Amino acid sequence: MAESRWETPSARTLVLDVPDWPGHLPGQHVDVRLTAPDGYSAQRSYSIASAWPKSGSEGGSEGGNVELTVQRVEDGEVSSYLDDILEVGQPIELRGPVGGWFVWRDEPAPVLLLGGGSGVVPLMSMIRARGDVRGKQPFRLIYSVRTPQDVLYADELKRRVRDDPGLDVHFVYTREAPEGWPEKPGRINVPTLNTHGWPPDFAPDVFICGPTPFVETAADILVALGHDPKKIRTERFGGTP
Amino acid sequence: MSIINAGFGGRRRSSRPDLPPGQYLTEDFPVLSAGPTPRIPLDRWSFTITDEAGKKTSWNWDEFNALPQEDFTVDIHCVTKWSKLGTTWRGVAIDTLFENIESAADFTMVHGYGGYTTNVPLEDLVDGKAWVAHTFDGEPLHPEHGGPARLVVPHLYFWKSAKWVNGIEMLPQDEPGFWEEAGYNMYGDPWREQRYQGD
Repeated sequence: MAESRWETPSARTLVLDVPDWPGHLPGQHVDVRLTAPDGYSAQRSYSIASAWPKSGSEGGSEGGNVELTVQRVEDGEVSSYLDDILEVGQPIELRGPVGGWFVWRDEPAPVLLLGGGSGVVPLMSMIRARGDVRGKQPFRLIYSVRTPQDVLYADELKRRVRDDPGLDVHFVYTREAPEGWPEKPGRINVPTLNTHGWPPDFAPDVFICGPTPFVETAADILVALGHDPKKIRTERFGGTP
Repeated sequence: MSIINAGFGGRRRSSRPDLPPGQYLTEDFPVLSAGPTPRIPLDRWSFTITDEAGKKTSWNWDEFNALPQEDFTVDIHCVTKWSKLGTTWRGVAIDTLFENIESAADFTMVHGYGGYTTNVPLEDLVDGKAWVAHTFDGEPLHPEHGGPARLVVPHLYFWKSAKWVNGIEMLPQDEPGFWEEAGYNMYGDPWREQRYQGD
């Protein structure tokens, strides 16, 4: 680990220097394996948060930094080690990149990103990748989060929205909204997706990532609104430790 | 050659012999699907076996439920590293469905509503190794978990147990299905930790 930064009090971004990293597509994940001195080991999957520079921007050579954002899970043996114990300079074992389905490949269609909690991490990789290639595809992110304090990448999202007319971000607060927020805290619903998503006629590529109830609800609403189920890619996590 | 993480103790919840390498136990039932959950009305449900010559044998919901039913208890292992032990199901053995099927093909592609596919060798489906299940834990199988019916092939990683299953197609040679195209292993044996291509 080359460096780290706290995104919220319970989520840390690990910047990993991986000498033989082959590059990755936004949305892919890695498997992290931790091994105790007595040989006990545990593996978990984490989405990659960083974009991968395309050849040209940084030479396109192999090796470089990969960023993971790890949300600490209650009683989580791997996440609590990565967030609270791992120090700069120490190694961890990675396998990846993995996954060829929940990825954005710089296609021309507009994109709708729906993130629940730390499900925003692979979506952030897509937003960053689009920024790196100066993509013209309009992106919309609907980000469901408990409270304003739980927002990952808050400053960066604000900056990107300010500087990039092709990127919209709409927050849905489920427990506590900021002062003066026009909507009461609540879960994602039909009006939200109707207003802040894309109409089905635009045939957007849709990526939904978050806890299972969030993904189920969001995907069901989009299908009911007329979106083609084949254009909707999902990644669910159960918050398993 | 693995890196030793000195400060890592772990919770040791997975140190038991019935857990494949790299897996941990879960008590709940996580959901993994590539897209939205399809809802299939029972009066439109059917299951079809297509042989290598294209000949089809189909069952509608009533015909399927009239077949001999089996209760079975198995351990399931998801490639995302959770395992759930002693899960109870009810359904129809693949052996029953294949009773009157003539085929010389060794491989199959399993199909589900919504377009999902996964490849499984025929020998991994027969001789009491796999079922089409419609009941989980005494309740009709929830759509999130693949209802009305899903394949259950417990000795392979659970992505082989296609949700919303609606057919098996016989193939003379092995071909990749949905996740296998996306980098996952063609066979998927959890005891040999065949998660990805090349494992």
